[in-house]
Amino acid sequence: MKPHAFNFHRLFAIVLKEFIQMRRDRLTFGMMIGIPMIQLILFGYAINSNPKHLPTAIYAADNSPFSRTIVWGLRNSSYFDLTREAHSAAEIKTWLAENKVQFAVTVPVDFSRKLLRGEKPDLLLEADATDPSAVGFAQAAVSQLATTVINRDLIGPLMPLRASAPPFNLVTHQHYNPESISQYNIVPGLMGVMLTMTMIMITGLAIPRERERGTMENLLSTPVHPGEVIVGKIIPYIFVGYVQVTLVLLAAKFVFGVPVMGSVPLLVALTFLFIVANLAVGITFSTVAKNQLQAVQMAFFFFLPSLLLSGYMFPFRGMPGWAQNIGECLPLTHFLRIVRGILLKGNGVAECAPDLWPIAFFVAVVLTLAVKRYRQTLD
Amino acid sequence: MSTAGFAIDVRGVTKKFGARTVVNDIAMQVRPGEIYGFLGPNGSGKTTFLRMLCGLLTPDGGEGKCLSLDFRRESSEIKKRVGYMTQKFSFYEDLTIEENLDFIARLYGMPQRKVAVEKSLERLGMVERRTQLAGTLSGGWKQRLALAACLIHEPQLLLLDEPTAGVDPKARRDFWEEIHKLAASGLTFLITTHYMDEASRCHRLGYIAYGNLLAHGSVDEVVRAGGLTTWEISGENLWALADKIRGLPGVEQVVAFGTTLHVSGREAEKLHASIAPFTANGHRWTKIEPGLEDVFISLMETAKDNFS
Repeated sequence: MKPHAFNFHRLFAIVLKEFIQMRRDRLTFGMMIGIPMIQLILFGYAINSNPKHLPTAIYAADNSPFSRTIVWGLRNSSYFDLTREAHSAAEIKTWLAENKVQFAVTVPVDFSRKLLRGEKPDLLLEADATDPSAVGFAQAAVSQLATTVINRDLIGPLMPLRASAPPFNLVTHQHYNPESISQYNIVPGLMGVMLTMTMIMITGLAIPRERERGTMENLLSTPVHPGEVIVGKIIPYIFVGYVQVTLVLLAAKFVFGVPVMGSVPLLVALTFLFIVANLAVGITFSTVAKNQLQAVQMAFFFFLPSLLLSGYMFPFRGMPGWAQNIGECLPLTHFLRIVRGILLKGNGVAECAPDLWPIAFFVAVVLTLAVKRYRQTLD
Repeated sequence: MSTAGFAIDVRGVTKKFGARTVVNDIAMQVRPGEIYGFLGPNGSGKTTFLRMLCGLLTPDGGEGKCLSLDFRRESSEIKKRVGYMTQKFSFYEDLTIEENLDFIARLYGMPQRKVAVEKSLERLGMVERRTQLAGTLSGGWKQRLALAACLIHEPQLLLLDEPTAGVDPKARRDFWEEIHKLAASGLTFLITTHYMDEASRCHRLGYIAYGNLLAHGSVDEVVRAGGLTTWEISGENLWALADKIRGLPGVEQVVAFGTTLHVSGREAEKLHASIAPFTANGHRWTKIEPGLEDVFISLMETAKDNFS
């Protein structure tokens, strides 16, 4: 049989039907408008590959006009925000480990004396290089800045010290990732991203699938308790999550050569909370979504900001305040700090703690919501 | 067994979805061991009523007992003693027959689960097919599996929602044999159906339309309560005759039944007066017992005027 010739009336019938269905499916329509909007805002405003206003600590061991000038210069630069003043080198070490500051500038004890003698003293810049892209520009900036501000003090008889080269040595210590290998940052982070994606997606489908296939009605007619259904659906995927974690950890160590400074058992233990957080999100979506498609769409809605605002793809510190605030609410943000902290910095429980309770809080809120939303009846 | 004399004894059961009353002030009494047929057009509230009985929906009004338990307050207890078979096959198509039965048995916390599953497989005649995926079963077998799964926790009351929809006549007959056997052993059934032959296999019937219970009782009682007079006409050109009769005073239904016409109405005298002029045209007119279907359609038409 020969197929009919192409007919524009029939074509129009299909087009019209598609538009009607598009209009009925509010969530898909929202996605079509919402996703581009989110991307526009995030990429346009939140993401900055040349981050500025990075939290910086200063340790001025040498209390001299010169060190005060450097402090003043840093304070006035757009790259650094002097958020903390240290009183010992140990304090700086802790702050860097706990992710409190990105940089620390140390003016050594005899800085001004050596400077005046023309001995080119060291100026120490320590950086948290777990995310190499957050460090590069700032390093150049500090060198430039220190030279300019100090030169202003070198007047009169001190003029000759200006010379062409800076009158001091900028010593940079890139902590945790001295060679700026971006895999060291990306691969551990990938663990969190993978868990977020799969856990939310899989569990998001769990309840809508039962509802779509009609098995939910049957399940509800049995004496089963909502908590039993929710927890019962979460547990199998905790195992799946750990399979993923194991794969990424093995690949990180043996394929990408990522240093494993801290305790792997600790990481595995803390990962549990993060997996539960994602499963809780998935299950909550699951109770809200009317069908499997909606569940996938919701998972995507959550995944996009997680990917962009958590500090996985772009330096967290480089984002404006509001974006950082959103990021702080996302479990992935905190988990990334925990993974990178343990693997690259060798952090222990104490250093991880500030990022643990936000995840725990998140789990509590979301799980409460899920149990509230799960309806034991069909009403 | 229920001690209070009734397996189901509820009154004033009401359910609203928004402004729409789907089930309106329904009372129902079903004795233990009874097969109660629940009939009514699509969307009349049958399924909603069943769902309220087994705690799937929260009633907006009503009181009473289901298996001697308060049907509004003790629904979790009721769930343990009731088997509910949904309209659509609602077991896991990606689990095997045995896995499905085992899952349900676990949910009900059966003490001797393995034995119960084994017994159920035997009764089903599915011992050899136990590892077959439920999704690959034919309609009739799916329905048998669903019934077996409803029975696995040895309930006292079974709520079956259109259990035989889309099942062939032989399988339907076997199914009803099974139901009667189970009822004889003391199990109570509340079954919704659209089939008149199935309705007449029930001990008692209830007819619901627009959320209202319009008639109930045995088949004879329901037919008598319908107050319908029916004439059967046979002969030539029935279809043309039907057109002429339809719409005359007292004529409520003119329905073709094979080579005959059924003409019914509730007002016997008016009906007779209207059809009298047509009885001489070589057609044979016989007064017959009205059928259940005639009664139900008549009830539904009346209900439409009163409630919609």
